[in-house]
Amino acid sequence: MREFNAVLTIAYRDVAKFTRDRTRLVASLIFPVIFVAVLGGSLQANIGDRAGYDFLVFTFTGVFAQTLFLSATQGVISLVEDRENDFSQEIFVSPISRYSIILGKIVGESIVALVQGVVVVLFGLVIGVPLTLAQIVGLLPVAVAACLLGGAFGVFVLGNISSQRAANQIFPFVIFPQFFLAGVFSPIQVLPLPLDVLSRISPLRYAVDLTRNRTPRRVRRRSPGKPLLQPRGDRGDVRRLPGGGNTSVHPARA
Amino acid sequence: MTTQIIQVHNLVKRYKNADSNAVDGVSFGVAQGEFFALLGPNGAGKTTTISIFTTTLAATSGSVWISGHDLGKEAAAVRSSLGIIFQKPSLDLNLTAEENIRFHAILYGLYPFRPAYRLMPRAYREQVEELSAVLGIGGDLFRPVKTYSGGMKRKLEIVRSLIHSPKVLFLDEPTTGLDPQSRRALWEYLRKVRGESDTTIFLTTHYLEEAEEADTICIINGGKIISTGTPEELKTELLEEYLILDAEDRDALERELSERGIPYTVASPLRVDLNGRSAQSVVQSIVTPLSVMRLHTPTLEDAYLSIVGGDDEGI
Repeated sequence: MREFNAVLTIAYRDVAKFTRDRTRLVASLIFPVIFVAVLGGSLQANIGDRAGYDFLVFTFTGVFAQTLFLSATQGVISLVEDRENDFSQEIFVSPISRYSIILGKIVGESIVALVQGVVVVLFGLVIGVPLTLAQIVGLLPVAVAACLLGGAFGVFVLGNISSQRAANQIFPFVIFPQFFLAGVFSPIQVLPLPLDVLSRISPLRYAVDLTRNRTPRRVRRRSPGKPLLQPRGDRGDVRRLPGGGNTSVHPARA
Repeated sequence: MTTQIIQVHNLVKRYKNADSNAVDGVSFGVAQGEFFALLGPNGAGKTTTISIFTTTLAATSGSVWISGHDLGKEAAAVRSSLGIIFQKPSLDLNLTAEENIRFHAILYGLYPFRPAYRLMPRAYREQVEELSAVLGIGGDLFRPVKTYSGGMKRKLEIVRSLIHSPKVLFLDEPTTGLDPQSRRALWEYLRKVRGESDTTIFLTTHYLEEAEEADTICIINGGKIISTGTPEELKTELLEEYLILDAEDRDALERELSERGIPYTVASPLRVDLNGRSAQSVVQSIVTPLSVMRLHTPTLEDAYLSIVGGDDEGI
């Protein structure tokens, strides 16, 4: 029971800190929205319509998975910050298991990430991603899995760095390539062998793939409504991707 | 016979790639309720020792028993009986003072998790109010810790470390960075804690005046124990009293001392070692008119400096 309460209190701490840090709160909610609206919108306007593919939904699903994964990863890595502020001493000398500490951290950061996920979904609905209530509920286990995977990846990174400075320096190298290798914003069906290998060992890819695979096909269709922030473009027929490889678009079929 | 709450046998710690042991075969015991001070210069091995005791660092070899538990095998049981005040404050600055205390109380299994103060059990609220009133931070409990001064943070850490009624309270150079007023307040409160409970206090410090209040002082340098005893024992054991004498006719004084077989060191003025004689008997035996006569009584600081020999290499 003590361990359960410890997990809850460690998780609560992360959520409380998130809600009190206005800059972080605003930034973490605005960034995904910008990605979906600006990147998804411009891709759709410039390529999507001609390719017959819904890039807005494609970007939405990618950003949804990436937001959850990344938030959980960064949250777990913030244990380094605790170490530098000497707060980790307080946790590590308490009579609770190390597993409870890391589990509490992952649970806390997952809750923080899920809050961001909810904002992404709400924004998706606003800009015309055709999600039904059942589909949104269906996204919940996917979101939890993405958070846990992100948290686990955070533990892996955490185990290999010693300071916040190192974390800041390494993080762009560990995360940014994954944006592209995991197909968050760009299709990855055809990749040269070295990139294909890197893509397959990118943890984020599995979060993105799971989200896209679990998104019902209907969602991948072009929304009938005109999305907000969607510049007018030369719209062609919107086609559905064949098969289940959902992180990819086959340009040849356009 | 007093119960030994801490027993250390041949404790050794060697850091990776180090040429020598940071803690080198240390053995001692601390009785229940005792105020024990581990004194030494920077780099002597104090923080390494306390880190091992508080389970944040693994020993290379040796055994440590705290409150009847083997540190190597029952770390969690040891941890639940300890209160620790670290060298640097280990508070979450983004949380309020009360949240820091609540976090601690729940981790130590005292109360179930509740997301707000008013939802916590009455016993918790009373305990927090009582402890914080004693330390004078009662009115600031719901302010974020980042608005606290250094002295207030220390007080908050004390409240937090005592909330689970630890058997041993470890303080690792607790007054570092505090102004004299906060230091005094801290010690007054610790005296009170000792008076009211049977809490054993284990202090590491390089401030001698803090150690002088201890029941036992253990001086450590270069990872080894150099001397152990009460402050009085250390004084008598380690330094001898001597007389400082001088005369207008110093040659006559020196002659007289030599004739009487009283050893002295030629200096200005002369230093006469008593070697068990009383100062009075030495002075009475001298007929040469004295111009200077002073008895040098060692302070603990003299003893300490003579022991550590100014060897103050930091790690």
